[in-house]
Amino acid sequence: MRDLANHILDLAKVKKVEYADIRIVRRQWEEIAVKNGRVDALGQDEGLGFGIRVLFQGAWGFACSSQVNRKEMEKTLGLAWKIAKESSKIKERGILFPLAPPVISRYQTPFSLDPLRVSLDKKIQLLLDSDASLRRNKKVKISEAFMGAYGTEKTFASTEGSFIEQRIVECGAGIAATAVEGGEVQVRSYPNSFRGNFATRGYEWVEGLRIQEQAERIADEAAQLLTAKPCPSGTTTIILDGPQLALQVHESIGHAIELDRILGSEASYAGTSFLNLEMLDNLQYGSEQVNVVADATVSGGLGTFGFDDEGIKAQRVPIISGGRLVGLLTSRETAHLLGKESNGTMRADGWNRLPLIRMTNINLEPGDWTLEKMIADTGEGLFLSTNRSWSIDDRRINFQFGTEIGWEIKKGKLGGMVKNPTYTGITPQFWNSCDAVANRDSWQMWGTPNCGKGEPGQVAHVGHGTAPARFRNVRVGVMQ
Amino acid sequence: MMGREKIMKVLKRLVQQSPADQTEALLLTEDSSLTRFTPASIHQHVAERNGTLVLRVVLGKQIAVITTNVLEPVSLKAVLGKAISLARLLPPHQDFVSLPQPRPIPKIKTYFENIRRLSPARKVKIIQQAVSLARENGFGASGAFSHGVVEVAVANSLGVEAYQKYSDLFLHLIAEKGMGSGYASFISRDSDTLQVEPLVQSAIFKASRGAPMAIEPGEYEVILGPDAVHELLVFMGYLGFNALAVQEGRSFFCSQFGKRLVDEKVMIYDDGLDAQGLQVPFDFEGVPKQKVTFFEKGVVKNIAYDSLTAGREGKESTGHGLIAPNTEGPIPTNLFMEGGESRLEDMIRTVRRGIYVTRFHYTNVAEPMKAVITGMTRDGTFWIEDGEIKNSIKDLRFTESILKALSRLKAISRERKTCPPGSIYGRRFVTGTVVPTIQIEGFNFSGVSAL
Repeated sequence: MRDLANHILDLAKVKKVEYADIRIVRRQWEEIAVKNGRVDALGQDEGLGFGIRVLFQGAWGFACSSQVNRKEMEKTLGLAWKIAKESSKIKERGILFPLAPPVISRYQTPFSLDPLRVSLDKKIQLLLDSDASLRRNKKVKISEAFMGAYGTEKTFASTEGSFIEQRIVECGAGIAATAVEGGEVQVRSYPNSFRGNFATRGYEWVEGLRIQEQAERIADEAAQLLTAKPCPSGTTTIILDGPQLALQVHESIGHAIELDRILGSEASYAGTSFLNLEMLDNLQYGSEQVNVVADATVSGGLGTFGFDDEGIKAQRVPIISGGRLVGLLTSRETAHLLGKESNGTMRADGWNRLPLIRMTNINLEPGDWTLEKMIADTGEGLFLSTNRSWSIDDRRINFQFGTEIGWEIKKGKLGGMVKNPTYTGITPQFWNSCDAVANRDSWQMWGTPNCGKGEPGQVAHVGHGTAPARFRNVRVGVMQ
Repeated sequence: MMGREKIMKVLKRLVQQSPADQTEALLLTEDSSLTRFTPASIHQHVAERNGTLVLRVVLGKQIAVITTNVLEPVSLKAVLGKAISLARLLPPHQDFVSLPQPRPIPKIKTYFENIRRLSPARKVKIIQQAVSLARENGFGASGAFSHGVVEVAVANSLGVEAYQKYSDLFLHLIAEKGMGSGYASFISRDSDTLQVEPLVQSAIFKASRGAPMAIEPGEYEVILGPDAVHELLVFMGYLGFNALAVQEGRSFFCSQFGKRLVDEKVMIYDDGLDAQGLQVPFDFEGVPKQKVTFFEKGVVKNIAYDSLTAGREGKESTGHGLIAPNTEGPIPTNLFMEGGESRLEDMIRTVRRGIYVTRFHYTNVAEPMKAVITGMTRDGTFWIEDGEIKNSIKDLRFTESILKALSRLKAISRERKTCPPGSIYGRRFVTGTVVPTIQIEGFNFSGVSAL
């Protein structure tokens, strides 16, 4: 493959490109969905192809194909070059793409058990057993268990002389109970909603989730929610658990700090950001409790890798320090606008997509509270758990979230359960109202395998490390 | 593109080679391009060629699905063997009755040769025209222009043989000046019908109302433009019109059949054969598309089925099967809302104090059984007072039941628009929603943007 890649890059040089790279990607995935005691879906997928990116006359061209052979690659290079040439006719200024030193390297996700090689029998049995445990509660009308295993082999080569091979292994699992009674439908999930929790780890990660052990509790909570009182309406203190906070970080920090959004590249689709370049090092994004890093190196994070799809090594960089905005997610093409080098966040959703700035693992650093102390220190409020719905505007400033479940906090103790909790806020106000973050004992990584962006659409796998945190004066019960 | 003859030969051979009780082979090919632009440049311009086989084998009631884009004969044979081995490992799917039987496929023109003329150079010229036109009027234009040729072919061991070639293009853009922005979109299978100037003018019109003023959240009379109505229909299709959701008791249609749930002016249906939309003759199981009416004069009528959900009720699929393995159920993708007698200008004239919403953004479900959704307005939201559009307003968050909103319907426009999907994730298959502008007596806005 190396010879083939070099041949194409040599041809690109003959065409006088300023830069070119080629990615050859093979992806395998397996997803198993169990519902109400039966295997609802078992799918295995294999995808292979290559994408060529060319910078010519200050403009990008990208073309790709699933036919991995020399002739098709030559043809595809020709098309990418032609696209770049035509695209260069609309530009105020050419793309500045700083050179990077060549990298020859190899990276593989560390793991013990390859999730794609564990016997299917074993995986299906775990899901069927977990599903059966959910249905012991008679109010549960839909029981679901899910497992996914993914393997990606990427070969990257560039006209700068880089040649990088990576193998990324991911897996995850989860369960969900849907209780139905009358016109009421309530869902509880574990360890997270929307299919579970995912990591760049081997099958040992799935085993460690112990989904079956949690099934009975989850089912009981779904049933109890049917008769729980509605979330009160008003302004109060809320404590968000880890998985909900992960999505809060994702939507109201992660996307807002993508430099391509800030510069307007996503204006016509996903939107832009309330941030601008002048806010860097100046904006008090959150309270002093709020410390956020972008860390593509953290062990097991779903956004952990060796190198991004421009050949830049994975990094850990500060984003918010003591509440102040100090960093953004950048690429080679954009970082120089900040007088910096890329912090390595360009990733593509497979061979047939162009790399974009994507979140890596955007982590809220742990504080020094225990969760118990945080609740005891809260006179009145709500403890909200597990995302059910999310929505945020195109500038990432006005958000509204719903969670699966909540509990009242009264006089420093957890009280009655509430159903259909919702809360809403304005991004910087909300993060500035954070006055407590739990410590490392309750900090963990949450994988978000469904982060959408770009046209054509790209789904990125990203991660968020969070511990429960407390926010003051938040508007809750939006639907009442 | 592989062409009908070659594709059907590959699929039929695979089905014939299969030792399974039932076998289905679906092949999708794609030759597409997408160009994204800002006022300053074309910043992404991509082209893709791909072909994907989805093989479903059934042993008794044991079902396995394998997907691959490695289409050499040796690989396909290996894929078949793998699918059979997988199916043997699985417990039976008790609800499964059968793959679909063959039914006549309507002959429809879904491919226009002129799509081939959209070379990179031609597309750049069209974009140049849009950007220049906006600039001449003092606006910046950003957007995406995409076109593609897609083949969909299905063969199964019961005799289903279906092949269709599609062309499609869509162009959407926003015009921006200061804090104002306006959106416009176009979608068609026939590239000769694209007219750039009206599209740019439409976006500029929505962005030309000066600095947005803030409006207090609350309940207001609203006029929802087609792109906003499109969003409501898509959510209803996903949450309610889907047989799986009804069978699982999680649809707002449950126990409501034959009852009037929304205003009697509401007629909503799915029709893959209606030439006003982007026609599709058959689904991904090779079943011909049937027109399914969900709301007739506000009364709950029918739902969409695929072969699995239809089999459960001893019915026939309505032609709404998605690509296997599908856990979402049969989701309608060719939705229509019937037009009325009104016009946008007439609606505006009747509003004393209200809001005109042209587009929603990042909408999500808050309470599925009540069809409550939440989202933001975007790219053109206006304050109407005493029968006139007065000013653009800051984007608002809405949290509202679609059913409640459609129960308070005052007027429907005669004119309808075909709205494109959002971004294309995964495999390209482009359809559209055909919807009017509607006027609603009361609509709940729960928040306002800080910008």
